[in-house]
Amino acid sequence: MALFNLSAALLPLNTLGRYLHWHFIELSVANFIVIVLMIVTFVAALLLPFPGRRGRKESP
Amino acid sequence: MSTTEIDRQWTTRLRKRVAGKLPPEKLLPDTQPTYVSSWIYVFGVTTMAALIVVIATGCVLAIRGPQWWHTSSVGLFVNSTHLWSVEIFFFAMVVHLWGKYFMAAWRGGRAMTWMTGVVTFLTSIAAAFTGYASQSNFDSQWITTQAKDGINATGAGAYFNVLNLGQMLMWHIVLLPLVAVLLTMIHVLLVRVKGVVPPFEVGAEVRR
Repeated sequence: MALFNLSAALLPLNTLGRYLHWHFIELSVANFIVIVLMIVTFVAALLLPFPGRRGRKESP
Repeated sequence: MSTTEIDRQWTTRLRKRVAGKLPPEKLLPDTQPTYVSSWIYVFGVTTMAALIVVIATGCVLAIRGPQWWHTSSVGLFVNSTHLWSVEIFFFAMVVHLWGKYFMAAWRGGRAMTWMTGVVTFLTSIAAAFTGYASQSNFDSQWITTQAKDGINATGAGAYFNVLNLGQMLMWHIVLLPLVAVLLTMIHVLLVRVKGVVPPFEVGAEVRR
């Protein structure tokens, strides 16, 4: 219960959501964070070395 | 029955065609080309793993029903697992889509692989929407009353009534998952038939 109260204090879910406005674009902060995370994941997937890449057998 | 008659049977012809296009070593390969050793290639299978969790938790929710998923702690946990596996499903699918888009993954006769992926994505959006519409809580009431005007503006409201909970639930748990899973299976089989798209070669001319 204490953990629940702590998480509820940190992440209040019963309030109005926050939104970003840019011209005709209206985007919730939550969706904006998800989009940023997807871009970060995409770039990391391209740049980070894949384990076991060296010495991997190539199929014909 | 003569050999010619056996060869003309649809079962024989189908078996030969499937075996020719998808022999066991292609269906379940033990190696992949070296260019597949990159994190960008893991998001397709991540999407499928999330889909399995979505279907499994959805089955549990279907067995126990709304009273259970709204009131009991285990029900709330399974309901949340269903939601968060959908979040991971879409997250991984979008990164997979970006990766394949920039690889031009429709090259080399892979147009059907690309298009089945596109239609699966659109079907999944409809499945997610009908899921939000069939939560049977204030959130679903708000979403459906907001969505009805948009759907009615398209002219589809007479056939697809978002305020009809029974209809939305049937679309969500029968029709759309059936289409999404079938398309996913076809998509994966096409990847197995055509192979993973190779990267662009430096200076190579792109074949249309």
